[in-house]
Amino acid sequence: MNKLAIILSLLFGLGAPGLSLAAGEALPPPKQNWSFGGLFGTFDRGALQRGYQVYNEVCAGCHGLRLVAYRNLTEIGLTEQQVKKIAASKTVKDGPNEEGEMYERPGRPSDRFVMPFANKNAARAANNGAYPPDLSLMVKARMGGADYLYGLLTGYQESVKGFQIPEGMYYNKYYPGNLIAMPSPLVDEGVEYPDKTKATVQQMARDVTVFLSWTAEPEVEQRKRLGIKVLLFLIILTGMLYAIKKRVWSQLH
Amino acid sequence: MSKTKFTNPVMKWVDDRLPVFTFMQHELHEYPTPKNLNYFWNFGSLAGIVLVTMIVTGIVLSMHYTPHVDYAFDSVERIMRDVNHGWLIRYVHMNGASAFFIIVFIHIFRGLYYGSYKAPRELLWMLGVVILLLMMATAFLGYVLPWGQMSFWGATVITNLFSAIPLIGEPIVTWLWGGFSVDNATLNRFFSLHFLLPFVIVGVVVLHIVALHTHGSNNPVGIDTTGNDDQIPFHPYYTVKDLFGLGVFLVLFCLFVFYAPNYLGHPDNYIPADPLQTPPHIVPEWYFLPFYAILRSITFDIWFLDAKLLGVIAMFASIGLLFILPWLDRSPVRSARFRPIYRQFYWVLVIDCFILGIVGANSPDDPVFSGLDGFQFIHLGMISTAYYFFHFLILLPLLSVIEKPDPLPASINEPVLGGGGQSVHVPGKPMEKA
Repeated sequence: MNKLAIILSLLFGLGAPGLSLAAGEALPPPKQNWSFGGLFGTFDRGALQRGYQVYNEVCAGCHGLRLVAYRNLTEIGLTEQQVKKIAASKTVKDGPNEEGEMYERPGRPSDRFVMPFANKNAARAANNGAYPPDLSLMVKARMGGADYLYGLLTGYQESVKGFQIPEGMYYNKYYPGNLIAMPSPLVDEGVEYPDKTKATVQQMARDVTVFLSWTAEPEVEQRKRLGIKVLLFLIILTGMLYAIKKRVWSQLH
Repeated sequence: MSKTKFTNPVMKWVDDRLPVFTFMQHELHEYPTPKNLNYFWNFGSLAGIVLVTMIVTGIVLSMHYTPHVDYAFDSVERIMRDVNHGWLIRYVHMNGASAFFIIVFIHIFRGLYYGSYKAPRELLWMLGVVILLLMMATAFLGYVLPWGQMSFWGATVITNLFSAIPLIGEPIVTWLWGGFSVDNATLNRFFSLHFLLPFVIVGVVVLHIVALHTHGSNNPVGIDTTGNDDQIPFHPYYTVKDLFGLGVFLVLFCLFVFYAPNYLGHPDNYIPADPLQTPPHIVPEWYFLPFYAILRSITFDIWFLDAKLLGVIAMFASIGLLFILPWLDRSPVRSARFRPIYRQFYWVLVIDCFILGIVGANSPDDPVFSGLDGFQFIHLGMISTAYYFFHFLILLPLLSVIEKPDPLPASINEPVLGGGGQSVHVPGKPMEKA
């Protein structure tokens, strides 16, 4: 909606929202180049797998991914064996069994990602009253999408002058209102990548953003591949229809 | 009606008993159509095709959707992730709604420019306004179904409008909700009605087409057809032209569906509905923004009518007055091509509607121009709302009296030499060949 408003505003020379900024107002996140953007976009499998590692080792302690199943991980390039191993390393609550008892069992690829907390209240209780939102759709659910998420993960800083930070809050230049309850989650060398990529904050932020872009829009590669074919077909068809139209109408004049 | 035109024995047998083929022959093949229609006349059939697309995709979506507050959001995500090509069906449906409104808005403004609402097409026009209202209701109901934050809060804001009605407002809202807040009962009935209304639209569209075929299409010159020289059969001329237009539309539409499917939506609707957390800005879908701006522009009470009620009245009146448009504009000349003053005010109205859209997208208290804090969007909204009503209620009746129309050509076919009709063939023919 805002994008439309900005376009219309520019068209008519009216003041676009968000151009003047004061303390307490978030900066617009800088545009990044993403491999999944554009007409032919695809995900970088290496980045997806590194991003999954960052999610799993850093984010998953607090943030769920409830719309994604372990079986989906084959789409980021993991083998079925790897996925089975990952799923089996999680504990899933299932039941009731024949005795009517709930029981715990190792995860299966068909299970959705195990949630970090039993419920919302438990999540709040463990996080100083703040609820860590589910990340499945995060990239789609925020203005700015992947750029915003990357900006947020790299946008932590000491407070600006004259800005009081309450206890348990942190300053982030891209977060709306600048006060965020999540401390900066990434530190250099916070994870150890098996492919020897250097785990800087920027690198990890980028990788996990790619991964979460995939969880939000797992269809993106299929969509863009199909889109090209559909568009090519339609453009040729429309060209042919135009030729027929011209021919039919030329009999008239 | 000759019974011998079908040589195929099966067609002949059927047509003798149920004249479907004769009907098709009359209404789709021979149907005499003015020869000078430009590409703005493509949007009617285009709207019909989009309506069918919406119904087909909608029926498939309904097979996978669960209208329950606990499952609605997740069932939509299941469509996006686990249903084969579910993302495609949903994105076509989602963007189809926007496309439908773009097409219908162009269709309506085409009618406004060329005077398509004037005698003998008043009922045709009024049926069109009914379709617009039904579309708006259907779109609103449909936007609630994914049960995201904007779904929930949009539903809350819009249903609350009815509480502005004096005395019976509150009971009406409770009745609409089926409870004391927007909840499961609300979602269930919205789903039911969202399924029903498109078929009501189909019914009114049939009436719209019957009314159209009674007197035939208006045309860019706006004069009645005078004979066979002015007319051509619908098939093949307009079937092929409509098909070409459809192709162009589909290219643009698919750019959105495949490459910017969420561009026209709001990110907040990918957050599950939470009755305890109000989003910072509740904005409707883009096609409602001008009406939303009118709703919010009334900030003052008049006598016993409070601002909220007046806003609701103004919003409904902005569409309601289209019903009486044929009697507000008494000018005997249809096409704006021959109405030098109306032609200019027409474009002012178009710009006014765009400005209303911008106002609807912004918070009322924000300044319109950064640095000029005294002039807020609420003020711009009031001015453009006032102008909207001024155009229809004062300007049009006034122009009917004071405007001196340019001379009309004697027929559509006649090349006009000199006078004010120089535009007759220039915009008509080159556009067809372009």
